[in-house]
Amino acid sequence: MPPGLSTLDFYYIRPEIVLTAGSLVVLIADVLLLRRRSGNALAWVTLAAIGATLLSLVPLANTRVEVANGLIAVDQFALFFKVVFLIAAAITVLMSTKYLEVEGVPPGEYYFLVLCATLGMMIMAGGIDLVTILVGLETMAVSFYILAGFIKPNQRSNEAAVKYFLLGAFSLGILLYGMSLMYGLSGSTNLRVMAAAFVGQESDPRLVLAVILVAAGVGFKIAAVPFHMWAPDVYEGAPTPITAFLSVGSKAASFAMLLRIFLEGMPSMNADWRLLFEALAIVTMTLGNVAALTQSNLKRMLAYSSIAHAGYLLIGVVAGTERGVSAMLIYLFVYAFMQLGAFAVLVLLRRRDVIGDELKDLSGLYVRSPFAAFAMLLFMLSLGGIPPTAGFMGKFWLFSAAIDAQYYGLAVIGVLNSAVSLYYYIRVVVFMYLKKETMGSELVLGPSLAVALGVAVVVTIVLGVYPRLLFELAEASAATLGAVR
Amino acid sequence: MITPTHYMLLSAALFIIGVIGVMVRRNIIIIFMSIELILNAVNINLVAFSREWQHAVGQVFAIFVVAVAAAEAAVGLGIILAFYRNKETVNIDEMNLMKW
Repeated sequence: MPPGLSTLDFYYIRPEIVLTAGSLVVLIADVLLLRRRSGNALAWVTLAAIGATLLSLVPLANTRVEVANGLIAVDQFALFFKVVFLIAAAITVLMSTKYLEVEGVPPGEYYFLVLCATLGMMIMAGGIDLVTILVGLETMAVSFYILAGFIKPNQRSNEAAVKYFLLGAFSLGILLYGMSLMYGLSGSTNLRVMAAAFVGQESDPRLVLAVILVAAGVGFKIAAVPFHMWAPDVYEGAPTPITAFLSVGSKAASFAMLLRIFLEGMPSMNADWRLLFEALAIVTMTLGNVAALTQSNLKRMLAYSSIAHAGYLLIGVVAGTERGVSAMLIYLFVYAFMQLGAFAVLVLLRRRDVIGDELKDLSGLYVRSPFAAFAMLLFMLSLGGIPPTAGFMGKFWLFSAAIDAQYYGLAVIGVLNSAVSLYYYIRVVVFMYLKKETMGSELVLGPSLAVALGVAVVVTIVLGVYPRLLFELAEASAATLGAVR
Repeated sequence: MITPTHYMLLSAALFIIGVIGVMVRRNIIIIFMSIELILNAVNINLVAFSREWQHAVGQVFAIFVVAVAAAEAAVGLGIILAFYRNKETVNIDEMNLMKW
């Protein structure tokens, strides 16, 4: 054993090990099943790997340790995020089987890469060392670059991959430059050691520069305005299930990273980064919603809406309190289901002859598939924050956390923005229920897609009516992360 | 005498050149080269700080950055190649299928 590492460490990172092994099994299964039409079988293997990882998380429910001399933290905060990632990955896989079939693309490494991306996210959520965060971030990002361009003959998919790759690599450079300054000024890459070293250095201009650069780098990853320009194009061009996973998993992981870096690594700099994120939150919410108003392409509209949601989530960062963090966790959990659900409906609309991501493709969905129309109605209301859906609970907590931390202005702007966003969410509903039916080939709701939609619908309703359990879990998780007072 | 400040100035200069390159150039490959320049600015910073602190942490970090940059280059060039096969160009102004 190298120094600083013990056998016990392997026990604590068991979920990551299980997921890595699972992804390798998927890779081998792909080769073994090559001769047959193996798409669905491969999806089952992937789901089994995700299930095994979820199970291996169970014994770690109450641990709070630092693994390998403070490289990775295994605590409830990380655990909460890991559960979100794994559920999102599972729903993504369920959506993918039908989508890949319609696109006529053999799955190949697709499911392997989905698992790799999930692994990267899990490491990001646990990372309390700059090196670990970098490795996790890149495991996720590189997998997503490939996945975004997975449909090689499709020019839109190519274009999405190139744009995502260039801006992702650029943002990584900016983030790393900030990180190198953080390391230089503290002499450590461990966030908790750093936090202590930064006390009393608050006015050092180099540290302020580091805060700005890291915030900009993370801003790219969460698609906050003015670093959002890649998001609409990538979301539109990437395969729909990947867009869903990108907008949920990647965003949640980046927020986990953001919370770790700023709340654990630089709590003494909170005056600077609060100001920065307050400005980002206001601009992001407003611009995201205003731009979404004019979109006629659903994927693009959802991209702008997800930018706006990043703005709402930033309110929780600005509050910086335990309540703010717990509100963010709740919101991310809820957002995962409503966003994935909305994309699942888009996957349903994708047929051999119809791309199905324009608003007019939804016309008369109520007649063609009442269940899908109802599900979409629910997701739109939830994204808009209307009770009794889960989205309302999430927004309610987020804004009340802002009020609690005395950021009244932010709360007001958030509420006004939610009102604006209702316009484009309701427009979707109008198209589904009131517009005349357009002809096209039949909509086939396969079993896996039905499960994905069903889970999203049930969770969105149940958490809207009975959010108590989630609230308690989120509060316990937020308590394990240092909060600024 | 070369002090850590000199290294920081060099790396800051490289960083700025890289950022300007990304903003100004239109060829995808050159943009990618500019990004590599930024990553090398990071590495100079890390190694210089590592020497200043008299430990190896920064150098280890720099090796990770190099590894990550290599992985990114492999995937990135593959993506650019796939794009080139469909469009016969590597100019980002021609990436105009999706706009609002």
